[in-house]
Amino acid sequence: MSVQAAVDKLKARFGDTVLEISEFRGETTVVVKKEEIVAVCTFLKKDVGFNFLTDLCGVDYMGQSPRFMVVYQLYNIGTHTRLRIKAPVAENDARIETVSGVWATANWLERECWDLMGIAFNNHPDPRRILLPEDWVGHPLRKDYPVQGPDREPYQGRLQ
Amino acid sequence: MANLEIMTINMGPQHPSTHGVLQLVLELDGEIVRKATPHIGFLHRGVEKLAEHRTYHQVLPLTDRLDYLAPMHNNLGYVLAVEKLLGITDAIPERAQVVRVLLAELTRIKSHLVWLACHALDIGAMTVFIYCFREREHIMNIYEKISGARMTSNYFRVGGLSADLPAGLEQEIRTFVNDMPGHIKTYEGLLTGNKIWQKRIQGVGVISAEDAIDLGVTGPSLRGSGVDWDLRRDQPYSGYENYDFNVIVEDGCDTWARYHARLKEMHESCKIIHQALDKLKPGPILADAPKIVLPPKQDVVNTIEGLIHHFKIITEGFKPEVGEVYVGVENPKGEVGFYLVSDGSPRPYRMKIRPASFINLQALPKMCEGSMIADVVAVIGTLDIVLGEIDR
Repeated sequence: MSVQAAVDKLKARFGDTVLEISEFRGETTVVVKKEEIVAVCTFLKKDVGFNFLTDLCGVDYMGQSPRFMVVYQLYNIGTHTRLRIKAPVAENDARIETVSGVWATANWLERECWDLMGIAFNNHPDPRRILLPEDWVGHPLRKDYPVQGPDREPYQGRLQ
Repeated sequence: MANLEIMTINMGPQHPSTHGVLQLVLELDGEIVRKATPHIGFLHRGVEKLAEHRTYHQVLPLTDRLDYLAPMHNNLGYVLAVEKLLGITDAIPERAQVVRVLLAELTRIKSHLVWLACHALDIGAMTVFIYCFREREHIMNIYEKISGARMTSNYFRVGGLSADLPAGLEQEIRTFVNDMPGHIKTYEGLLTGNKIWQKRIQGVGVISAEDAIDLGVTGPSLRGSGVDWDLRRDQPYSGYENYDFNVIVEDGCDTWARYHARLKEMHESCKIIHQALDKLKPGPILADAPKIVLPPKQDVVNTIEGLIHHFKIITEGFKPEVGEVYVGVENPKGEVGFYLVSDGSPRPYRMKIRPASFINLQALPKMCEGSMIADVVAVIGTLDIVLGEIDR
């Protein structure tokens, strides 16, 4: 099944949940509502064949609303196609349902996303930090976290 | 009367066979592992955060330090992602493409040699270590001649290569890959028929194809479970579609199958290197994109355009258009991917690395729970993890 067919199927099944479809350099990105993320992922895995979760991460668009995007990179081992799913997450409610029940891969990736980006995953089986110590304060990959650490002058950048 | 108490012990992060700073908390029932909990992050350097504060050219040296046993593959994944973001994938000259494949495969052999050496050493076959490192030293010398560095090569550039291959090197690589199959035979002679080796890895660390896919395992670890998937063939990059090679798939699902898969992969890499050397023709090594690629030094000192471009690229960098790309390459350990988000500025807005070892390590508890404590060492070896990439 081509990516276009997969996207059409997704749109036919979920309708209003699909917020935006875009293409850049031959890669298709679908933005969906975060409330339906588990249903969308389950559908893509079971009915469309995206059986492999390549990667999962958060992106901080500070200054925009909603502030965060959770990005799921999917791969179909049968047809060797890729699809990117994104779900917007608001700053004042930075949480989304876990997809670790759909792909076990998501377990550690979601822990990393929580650890570094501060997006919590509801019903996660093991919601601990993963790379940083348990008593670490803050989430370093957020744009308002200074690159040289919170206890120093904010980094101005060599190019500014 | 047996003591049914569960004992919790700590393995690492200073344990010699955890391949770096990996800590495993093992819950043991006698010698049986009931639960294994990996603790990682001791080597976290914040590469993704640092990348957001550097220009695209300046990020490249950071990628060497991820999987430091296969630096060329990390360079390759990153430059391919940036080239895709810029839309200059088709503008890369033929010679640069061939040299990239050539060195990527040489790196695969190098990485697999470290895997075999350490895997065998962990299990007790010490001699193999010396043999493998002898051959690895040859590759290190080749690396040094090409890039000046033995490990962190930083050789590929966005748009091509940093320099051409030194004269006479092609013959040296040819001699090396001619000898390599004989060396692999030596390793097999030391291990494959060895009863202790067989007993230690046959039926150990079993993971089914379904579980491996569910857990996101990639690379030889996945192909050892019978899944026929290799990005070099299935989503070819850098001209891999022009090479004739086999994707090695083994059905055993155990450490023994993965051992054979990696050994055979080294043979396939030799085949690809021979083909790449045959294809290697003189020609440009950088794309014709003056606003992206650093000009040759001669142009910088002799022409005003060269000087301006050099100055602009060094002080400001280039600005890709707004967008996002993901590129995955077949690293010796599995799929390494770079997800780049551009906001139109000269620095990546967000760079997410898909680390092969990080995700493969997640399968470790599944592979060693219920087996003997001595098998944990074999499972760590067979997953071929490198902590620089796990912790980033």
